Amino acid sequence: MSSPRSEFLAGLRAEAPILLGVIPFGLIYGVLAVGAGLPRDVALFMSSIVFAGSSQFIGAQLFRDNAPALVIILTTFVVNLRHMLYSASLAPHTQHLRPGWKWLLAYLLTDEAYAVTITRYNEPDPSPHKHWFFLGAGLALWTSWQTSTALGVFLGAQIPESWSLDFTLALTFIAIVIPALKDRAAVASALSAGLVAVLATSLPLRLGLIVAALTGIVVGLVVEAQSPSADHQ
Amino acid sequence: MSLWLTLLGMGLVTYAIRLSLILLIGRIELPLIVQRALRFVPPAVLAAIIVPALLLPAGTLDISLGNARLIAGLCAALVAWRTRNILVTIVVGLAVLWGLQAVIG
Repeated sequence: MSSPRSEFLAGLRAEAPILLGVIPFGLIYGVLAVGAGLPRDVALFMSSIVFAGSSQFIGAQLFRDNAPALVIILTTFVVNLRHMLYSASLAPHTQHLRPGWKWLLAYLLTDEAYAVTITRYNEPDPSPHKHWFFLGAGLALWTSWQTSTALGVFLGAQIPESWSLDFTLALTFIAIVIPALKDRAAVASALSAGLVAVLATSLPLRLGLIVAALTGIVVGLVVEAQSPSADHQ
Repeated sequence: MSLWLTLLGMGLVTYAIRLSLILLIGRIELPLIVQRALRFVPPAVLAAIIVPALLLPAGTLDISLGNARLIAGLCAALVAWRTRNILVTIVVGLAVLWGLQAVIG
C-alpha cells in the first residue's frame, strides 16, 4: 500500500546509487566552468537555470572557445533534445496531474531521474502516487547537482586532474545508452553518430556533435524503414 | 550581461524540451516522422558524446591498447550490457581507468 510519503522516499532511495556518478561529474563541471573563464556566479547558476550536466559541460567548453551565444544555445538544444523523448514517454503517466505538478516535474526531468522514474511507472501496481516517486528522485538529483557543482566552483583547482573525474560523464552515458540499443536501427543510429562525431571532430564549435546527431537520427530512421516489420513501404 | 542572456536561453530551450509533451499531450499530435525520429535521439546524441571521449582522449585518434579510456569505456559497455546497473558501470569504468593509468602511466 503506497502513500505519497512512501513513494517519495522510494524515489530518493532509487536515485541514491546513481548519485555516485553524478557527484564527481558535478565537481568536474564546477572546476571546468571556472577554468573556462566563466564567472563563479554564472557557473553556479547554470546548475539551476539549465540543470543539464552534459550541456553545461559542453556549454562551458564552447564559452572557453568564444563560441557565439546562438551556437551555445543551439548546441544546448541538440544535446538536450533527448529529453523530449523522456517527456513524451512520461506524458501519459503525468497527464492527470495538476499543471503545477507538471511544471515542477518537467523542471526535474534529467536522464538520471527519468531512468528510475520510468521503471517505477512501468511497474504494474496501480498506485496513484507515483508522481511523488518522480519528485523524490528528481529532488535527490537536483540537490546533489547543486551541491557538487558548487563545491567544484569553489574548490576549483584543488581537484587533481589525474583523477579523470570528467570520465564519469562518458561512463554515465554508456550506462544509459547501452540498454537503449534494443534493435538494429538503434545500434545503427549510435554507431553512425559515433563515427561521424569522430570524423567531424575538427569542425569548429563542436558542430560535429550536431552533424553526428542528425546523421544518427537519419540512419536510425532508414534502417528502421528497411526492417522486415516495417508496415509502410 | 550577454552571458546571463545566453544562460537564460540555454535554460529556456532545455526547460521547453522537458515540458513539451508533458504539458502538450492530448493537445498536439506530433507528426509520425517526428515520433519515429524521437527514439533515435538518445542513442545518436549519447554516442556522439561517448565515442569521441573514448577514441580521442587527448584530441587525437588513439585506437591502440594504450588508450586507457577506450579500454575502460569498452569494459564499462560490457558491464552495462550485462548488469544494466548505472552505479556498477561507473564504478567498474573508473576502476579500470585508474588501474590502467597506474600501470601505463
